[in-house]
Amino acid sequence: MHSSWWLTFLLVVPLVGAIGAALTRKREGRAYAVAIAASVLELALSLVVAFLYNDHVAKAQTFDFATRHVLSAPFGLAYDVAIDGISLLMVVLTALTVLLALLGARDRRQEPAFVAWLLLLTCFTMGSFLSHDLLEFFIFFELTLIPCYFIISQWGGKERSKAALKFFIYTFTGSAFLLIGILYLAFAHQHQLPGSALTFSYSALSATAMSHGTAVWLFIAFAIAFAVKAPIWPLHTWSPLTYAEAPTAGSIEMSALLAKLGTYGLLRFAVGLFPLALVSMRPVILTLAVIGILYGSMLACTTPDLKRFVAYSSLAQMGFITLGVMSGSTIATVGAVLLMFNHGVITIGFFLIIGFIEKRRGSILIKDFKGLQGPAPIMAALFTVVMLASIGLPGLSGFVSEYLILIGTFATHSWWAVVATFGVVAAALYLLWAYQRVFHGKAEGANAEMADATTHEQWVLVPVILLIVVLGVFPKPVLDRITPSVQQLIHHVAPAGVNK
Amino acid sequence: MKLVIPSIHYLAILPVLIFFGAALALVLASALARGKVPLGVATLTVIAAAAASIVANYFQWRCVAKAGASVTIAHAVVLDDFSVVASGVIALSVIMTALVAHDWAIRERVSGVEFHILALASASGALLMTQANDLIVIFLGLEILSIGLYVLVAFDRHRSTSSEAALKYFLLGGFASAIFIYGAALVYGATGSTNLSTISYFLGTNVLLHPGLLYAGGALLLVGFAFKIAAVPFHLWSPDVYQGAPTPVTGLMASIVKVGAFAALIRVLISALGTQLDTWRPILWILIVLTTLVGASLAVVQRNVKRMLAYSSINHAGFILLGVWAGTIRGTAATLFYVITYAPIVVATFAIVTLIGGVGDEHHSIERYQGLARRQPWLGAALAVLLLSQLGAPLTTGFYAKFAVLASVVDAGGGALALIALISAAIAAFFYLRWAMALYSDDGPEADRIVVPRATAVVIGFGVAVTLVFGIWPGPLVTLAQHATVLFTP
Repeated sequence: MHSSWWLTFLLVVPLVGAIGAALTRKREGRAYAVAIAASVLELALSLVVAFLYNDHVAKAQTFDFATRHVLSAPFGLAYDVAIDGISLLMVVLTALTVLLALLGARDRRQEPAFVAWLLLLTCFTMGSFLSHDLLEFFIFFELTLIPCYFIISQWGGKERSKAALKFFIYTFTGSAFLLIGILYLAFAHQHQLPGSALTFSYSALSATAMSHGTAVWLFIAFAIAFAVKAPIWPLHTWSPLTYAEAPTAGSIEMSALLAKLGTYGLLRFAVGLFPLALVSMRPVILTLAVIGILYGSMLACTTPDLKRFVAYSSLAQMGFITLGVMSGSTIATVGAVLLMFNHGVITIGFFLIIGFIEKRRGSILIKDFKGLQGPAPIMAALFTVVMLASIGLPGLSGFVSEYLILIGTFATHSWWAVVATFGVVAAALYLLWAYQRVFHGKAEGANAEMADATTHEQWVLVPVILLIVVLGVFPKPVLDRITPSVQQLIHHVAPAGVNK
Repeated sequence: MKLVIPSIHYLAILPVLIFFGAALALVLASALARGKVPLGVATLTVIAAAAASIVANYFQWRCVAKAGASVTIAHAVVLDDFSVVASGVIALSVIMTALVAHDWAIRERVSGVEFHILALASASGALLMTQANDLIVIFLGLEILSIGLYVLVAFDRHRSTSSEAALKYFLLGGFASAIFIYGAALVYGATGSTNLSTISYFLGTNVLLHPGLLYAGGALLLVGFAFKIAAVPFHLWSPDVYQGAPTPVTGLMASIVKVGAFAALIRVLISALGTQLDTWRPILWILIVLTTLVGASLAVVQRNVKRMLAYSSINHAGFILLGVWAGTIRGTAATLFYVITYAPIVVATFAIVTLIGGVGDEHHSIERYQGLARRQPWLGAALAVLLLSQLGAPLTTGFYAKFAVLASVVDAGGGALALIALISAAIAAFFYLRWAMALYSDDGPEADRIVVPRATAVVIGFGVAVTLVFGIWPGPLVTLAQHATVLFTP
């Protein structure tokens, strides 16, 4: 068992960075320097935690770095942090995302408020992934809305007010269900143990006995909140507008990272706490996931602009993650957790490149582009790698995770896996077609004069490409850390013998 | 016949005496002094009186800790931790309002001390309501509170909307009082007493074969309260009155009326009629659903921020009612916690609205706020924090207030009710955010810098500090609210 101070530092560093950045004057890039320093430190810390992480600490528990301090007993409010292999990966992704988002948003370096909001968002997201207490998780989960709201509404595109409001109201409404569900569960737990204090501790609440009906209702309440966040079809309608209107760094944070809060929550809380509900709810959510895969792929083919394109392709990818999370198979769940990370990295790549193009051309409409390959070969090459990873080409990261999800799901729910496999084909279709329209052909006019990626831009994308290749070839260290935690979760959820 | 003077425990009614005494002193001073009593003296008197009342609250608290809750003046007035905390909140709101009103009076060239006299008198009514253990005393408090407010609402003689609002408030308020006292009479008929403890004892030891009279009486009492807290469908006066009243008065109304009325409502429903829980709960259920949803939905379509805040306060009233609906110690504590945290926030919000209103107190359209945070970052940020707190965002007291009442309702088996209320909060988020967004928009009108007078700045700073400090660390306030309801006699 390692000291929980590591996790506290993970929370404090971006917070201090945000305050520091906000306090600097608008002098050339000082806030930006503070923010970069904070996020580099954060990434370093998260890597140290990843190396220190020990997957069998206490008996049958894979949670390390744990601590719990009750802050207000009548409210059951506590500071309770711990990580297992699943959250560990998300923690690394959080630190990585903010660093790359900041590096990609170098043209905003004179705006202290912008970088401060980004760091604050990182602190809150980190808090959600570190929380081992439902109330604490909820607080952080809700808090992430505020920086997002301000980032979109102040630095977004033309329809930013509408996008910001839509995003906020959607998520806020979703989390209403979550809060009531959490309260219901906590009181059910308290009433079972007369005289006990109100607690929202994950480990305590996961032992709550409940009837099948209660479990189903609570599962639905939790699932609504997480399905909005992820997004899972049909609660995705906020996402295309929001991703398209947000500034590039905001789109990166929301699709690469915050979307994972949805699937992470689904796995950790909805699945982890209500195993009884799974028998009846699994087919429902699996069906929604498969519909999301096909629907997202279809709309990605027809959408007119690049950011919406990534939004719809993300919807399809979130469908795959949901499929893995709900499959009940250890292999598929491991794949889903890995895909959460890989999809994060891939999306960062997509949005960075789209951001670079948007900066040059002031447009993200696919019809405005043609033959960019000619004037910008390096950018085209980088886009190709990211795209191929997203398609799931063997040897790149996307393949490993999708493959795990599909074989795992096939073992437990074969028909859903069969239909979902068409999603892989569809991904190749929409990605290659979009690539063709944007990069192929003969460039004319403004397209012909577009500058290629600068050295800075190339360097920002290097970590993305590296991760895509390395995790495609050698995912073992990551899988080793995820697997015990997933095994334990699946074991807790399903009676022995059902696992495959 | 011999007149028996009941024994009086003066410490118990000391805050009421201080407030009313200070009001009388100001009346005398303005009558006797040569020339006019300076505004500063009046403001200082109010602050001193309220501070003295808070000191008295401290001694009351110690007295209760030592001797337990007690009743005095023929069991009509109660001294317990609940009343002590509620009185403290009222005194605090009065201090904040006095500071805001001071700067407002200078700006509007209102001379004279009437404003402060009426505020003190009104607040003494609210204090009395928190301590009332008798329907008649509640009625007395309600009337003292209201009569002062009727005049205060009409205080802006230059604006016809102010007089209009006062007339509306007065007429409807008069009806509500009549309904309340009729309800009290019916309850007396059914139980043989107007004393809350006696009613509770009677209902606990007797079975009413024909409870119709009691039900009718209880329902009328509820209507009276619903009017005062502006619960839908008894809310129609509130947007007009909030809009018409001078803005500092609106802040005062939103804070002390809520504290006083909810304290009394809890005593009536939970202390006196606690045995009838199953009867009043369904009525309250409907009232809460209507209040939260209608309040939030109608706020969305407003362009005038004072009307918007009126509907927002209706929505908040619905939330506070949730704690009453729970009917448990946890619910009572949650209600108290809600009003403790809500009062400073709402007074501070109205302090900012007073500033932006400008000379004449007339500029309250939301366009006026466009780009405020760009021109004046601190003022804009303060308002943004206050709005986020009203919205219920985490790290502000608004979140824990909502959390507390929702927890008590879920605990009492009202999951659906809690969900409906929370969805109304999502609707309400729409207009808080629209306002916050206006603050940060680029295309603001070319407006002059708004000068923030020192006293108002203190009030705004205090409101923001309370909501942030206790939003991060709610422990002390939670414990206070919890402690204040432990000795509460249900």
